Amino acid sequence: MGAGTAPKPVGRSRGIDVGDLVFEWLCRGAGFVVLLLLGGIIVTLFIGALPAFREFGLGFLTSTDWNPVEGRENYGGAVAIFGTIASAILAIVFAVPVAFGIAFFLTELAPEWLRRPVGTAIELLAAVPSIIYGMWGLFVVVPFVQMYIQLALGDYLTAIPLVGFLFESRFFAGTSLFTAAIVLAIMILPFIAATMRDVFLQVPPVYKESAYGLGATRWEVVKGVVLPYTRISVVGGIMLGLGRALGETMAVTFVIGNANRMPQSLFDPSTTIASIVAMEFPESLMGSLKQSALFALGFLLFVISFLVLAASRYLLRSRLKA
Amino acid sequence: MGSITEQTTSSASGFGGMQARSAEVLNTQARISVRNLDFYYGTNKALKGINLDLPDRQVTGMIGPSGCGKSTLLRVLNRMYSLYPGQRAEGEVLMDGRNIIDASVDLNELRAKIGMVFQKPTPFPMTIYDNIAFGIKLHEKLPKSELDDRVEWALSRAAIWGEVKDRLQSSAMSLSGGQQQRLCIARSIAVRPEVMLFDEPTSALDPISTLKIEELIDELKRDFTICIVTHNMQQAARCADQVAFFYLGELVEVAPAAQLFTAPREKRTQEYITGRFG
Amino acid sequence: MSSTTFQAEPRGAVRRSSALASRRKIVDLIVKWLCMTATLIGLFFLASIMATLLWRGLASMDWIVLTEEFRPTRYGDENAPKGGLIHAILGSLIQTAIGTAIGTPIGLLVGTYLSEYARGSALGNTLRFVSDVLLSAPSILIGLFIYQLVVLPMGGFSGIAGALALAIIVIPVVVRTTEDMLQLIPNTLREAVIGLGAPKWKMITLVCYKAAASGILTGILLAVARIAGETAPLLLTSFGNNVTSFDLTTAMASLPIAIYQQANSGFPDLIEIAWSGALLITLGVLAINIIARLVLRGRN
Repeated sequence: MGAGTAPKPVGRSRGIDVGDLVFEWLCRGAGFVVLLLLGGIIVTLFIGALPAFREFGLGFLTSTDWNPVEGRENYGGAVAIFGTIASAILAIVFAVPVAFGIAFFLTELAPEWLRRPVGTAIELLAAVPSIIYGMWGLFVVVPFVQMYIQLALGDYLTAIPLVGFLFESRFFAGTSLFTAAIVLAIMILPFIAATMRDVFLQVPPVYKESAYGLGATRWEVVKGVVLPYTRISVVGGIMLGLGRALGETMAVTFVIGNANRMPQSLFDPSTTIASIVAMEFPESLMGSLKQSALFALGFLLFVISFLVLAASRYLLRSRLKA
Repeated sequence: MGSITEQTTSSASGFGGMQARSAEVLNTQARISVRNLDFYYGTNKALKGINLDLPDRQVTGMIGPSGCGKSTLLRVLNRMYSLYPGQRAEGEVLMDGRNIIDASVDLNELRAKIGMVFQKPTPFPMTIYDNIAFGIKLHEKLPKSELDDRVEWALSRAAIWGEVKDRLQSSAMSLSGGQQQRLCIARSIAVRPEVMLFDEPTSALDPISTLKIEELIDELKRDFTICIVTHNMQQAARCADQVAFFYLGELVEVAPAAQLFTAPREKRTQEYITGRFG
Repeated sequence: MSSTTFQAEPRGAVRRSSALASRRKIVDLIVKWLCMTATLIGLFFLASIMATLLWRGLASMDWIVLTEEFRPTRYGDENAPKGGLIHAILGSLIQTAIGTAIGTPIGLLVGTYLSEYARGSALGNTLRFVSDVLLSAPSILIGLFIYQLVVLPMGGFSGIAGALALAIIVIPVVVRTTEDMLQLIPNTLREAVIGLGAPKWKMITLVCYKAAASGILTGILLAVARIAGETAPLLLTSFGNNVTSFDLTTAMASLPIAIYQQANSGFPDLIEIAWSGALLITLGVLAINIIARLVLRGRN
């Protein structure tokens, strides 16, 4: 740079641009905000839950009591925890076969012109707000379960050996664990189906052609090559659906019956963590033990769904990289 | 050899002449006969009036620059193109007196008779044993002991038995590229096809693995009618009994390997094999 | 020639089982029909939801619903005036707008950080993971969080608490799409801009954002669609209100909460109004979703 006559680069400084420094730290700062949010959620839920944890200890997990009467207050989370897990797993059982069928149809069977509109329609199912599923569930699914499943098939179902007791219920309102699972299944269906479709499409065509080249049918190709090839991501997609089902609130609140009683049958009303919080929190007194018990349930829900979602994301990592 | 040159002058001479030529040159019957075959990707015509015989238990090599239609022809022979809407073939591909591009042909059965090996090895994500058993189980219901025998037979025929016999239950993904390709050949053989199609089977392999595959192809032609697409003219010269040169969707010339590479009749063939284009 | 020793050839001619072949074809056909049925079931649900919404929602949809505030039920008093949802519509618009306004810049910056600054770094991977978990985390827990953080200290439910809860839901949606869209930009474009001597922040803000604009817009639209229908977190933050309120420090109505409350009121006339609200919100959310898709498709 000794030559004084050389023109200086215009509008460009040699060192670190101040704007660069500011912008990078803005971005990084926003990142810290997000990390703080997650940390904050854990910490505040835990702080809110502390009085209940202190009062009930580990018994909170196993107690089925829920008694808000002053002086005899006793809160246990077992019913809501059980209802949450049972309804979510049942929803997965209902949703996975249908989601697989849709993914298979969209990737192998449907003619080209049909794939996009049908795929979009299924994805739009994911955009419908939770509360709409709740209303629709209450006015359409609940009567259907009541009339056409419980009343029409109830006797046949209870006669099934070994599992018959699952269908034996004294409750005929139609709002039940079973109904909640059906509505949940419909809500998570698009998530699982879309994930499966996307990972099926990532199987290199030459692998499928290899199987076709041996004389395999479409179903044999999917069963023998596509599914083994994508099984990890498929499980990841199912876990994503499970994570969503665990935390779903409004739809469940409408159709599960909100009874804090351990269900003896699939057709019994029950409750979930999310729906008991939605139902009881707004009317609980600030700083009450009941409020703390609800925070404790929220904390547990957070732990459960965090583990499931983390597992899902781990299993889907190869897909995310692609 | 002189008489052959006189008999046919170019690919345009019609299928009668073609049939006579192939049959006479190689002194065997045609296993598959392609007659006036046109192929379309949508509206794009990728093969134009192809006439070609694949002589029984001989190796037919198909060469030509990228996009000349040689792989397309291969994918017609086992109807792989039927997987994709918009692709269609017109004309005749005769095997056992049937036109295999006819819509009524049972594709699963056809593909059991015509095996295919791809450019890149395609081991399925399962054990070595299951890879071989996959195809067998599709078509035959065998007791376990017979299935074991068949797996061993197929792996032996593909010259890989010795390398994998102690780890049949490990993942096929753990094999080297060359081993994977021989596994894929074994997987095809296990179904006991009559014709084997190879689509540039060594282009992703190292020279030693390539040599093994070439030796294997030479060995397999005792029992199978083989068709191999290759970019590599030396490979065609080494492996093939008859070589077909494709250019821009046309079959320019077909002749015994030695003749095509030493004394091609067509100017375009001459230019291609001397490296002037492609 | 190969030196491998061979097993004896399988004896006899190749005889593939034709019974097996036809059974395989039948299985394939059955699976095909099952899959088509599954797809029809999925489509049937969407159709059933839309049909129910249109049928029940249009029944009491009128100008009053769109312009009047909440009125108690007319049950037992035919002459009482019919109520509407304007208080909830306005409340939803306000909270959604503020939530989007707060959440979008943060999400945009985080997405930028992930794509442009932290590719492959440990902090970046952690951040991406946390953001993805937040994306699917139960929204009611975000309500509980804001309740502790804002509602308790302020001494009561408030519109701003609702907006903040919605903002937290916006962030991960925008992060995901921003990062995805920025990653689609070829590195050659970045190098070309840097090669002209532009500092990195100008490269990002002037060129990358422009190149990814439609994708980022899609993300924002999807985020708006998502929070417009959120109910659970608002139940614990802005709670709902029967009158129009523009005061962010007090309880504020919102469409989903109004629907929830009136649908559970037990009065047929209020339930009808809830259906009208449900129709409104679903049409709005689906319209935004479809627009978002069109924006993204228009780019290609």
